Amino acid sequence: MAERPLSPHLSIYRFGYTMSLSILHRITGVALSVALIAGILWLLAAAGGAQDYGRALTVLASWPLKIAFALALIAQVYHLCNGLRHLAWDAGWGFERAAAKRSALIVIAAAVVLAAICLYVAFCPAVRS
Amino acid sequence: MSLRTPLSRVLNHGAAHDGVSHWWIERITALALVPLSVWLIIALLRLPLADHASVTAWIAAGLNPVFLGLFVLLACWHSHLGIQVVVEDYVHAPALKTATLLLSSAVHLLLIAAGLYALLHIALRGAA
Repeated sequence: MAERPLSPHLSIYRFGYTMSLSILHRITGVALSVALIAGILWLLAAAGGAQDYGRALTVLASWPLKIAFALALIAQVYHLCNGLRHLAWDAGWGFERAAAKRSALIVIAAAVVLAAICLYVAFCPAVRS
Repeated sequence: MSLRTPLSRVLNHGAAHDGVSHWWIERITALALVPLSVWLIIALLRLPLADHASVTAWIAAGLNPVFLGLFVLLACWHSHLGIQVVVEDYVHAPALKTATLLLSSAVHLLLIAAGLYALLHIALRGAA
C-alpha cells in the first residue's frame, strides 16, 4: 500500500505562546475531571450526615488537599475564560492571527485577576463571614 | 471514486454515522456550564463549607438542587466528551484505548448516579 499522507506533527510548527494556552486548556480540563470526582465525593459526604461530613472535613482541611482545591479553582477559572474564547472561535469570531493573540492575552489577564480574587475570598478568613 | 451513496453524502454523517454530534454536544454543554459554573463558584465561596448544617441547608434550598443536578449531569457529560478526545489522541494501542474509554464511561456514569443520589438524599430529607 502506498504511503498515506499524515497530518503535520506538532514539532514542525514554530512555537507561539497561543500554543501554551491550547495545551493548558487540555491539562486544566483533565484536572477538572479529577476535581469533579472530588466534588461528587463531597456531595456524598454531605448526604451521609454530620458525622461522615466531619470525617471528610478532616481530610479536606489537610494542606495537600487545600493546595489541590486552590489548583482546581485556578484550573476552573482558566478553563472557563479560555472556554469562552473557544466558543467565540466556534461562532466564527476572532480567528485572525492578531485577534487570536490579543484574545490569548485577555484570557491570561482575566484568569489571573479572577483566580486571585477567588483564592483571596476562599483562603482569607476575614472576608468570609 | 467515492464508495459512499448519494444519501450518505447528503446526510453528511461520515463513516461513523453520527456526524458532528460529539463536537456539537461538547459545545452545548460548555455553553450551559458557563452560567452554572459561575453561579456554583460564587455560591461555594460564600458558603461556610466546614458547617454541615449550612451546607445541606443551601443544597436543599429553593431551586438549588435543580441547578446542582443540572451541573452534575452537564459537567459529567462535558468531562466524558473531553476525556474521550484526550484518550483518542494519546492512547494508540487499540485494546488499551478501548479499555480506557470504557473505564472513563463507567466512571462518568457512576459520578452522575452518585451525584444525583446525594442531591436527592439531601433535598428530600426534609420532605420525607
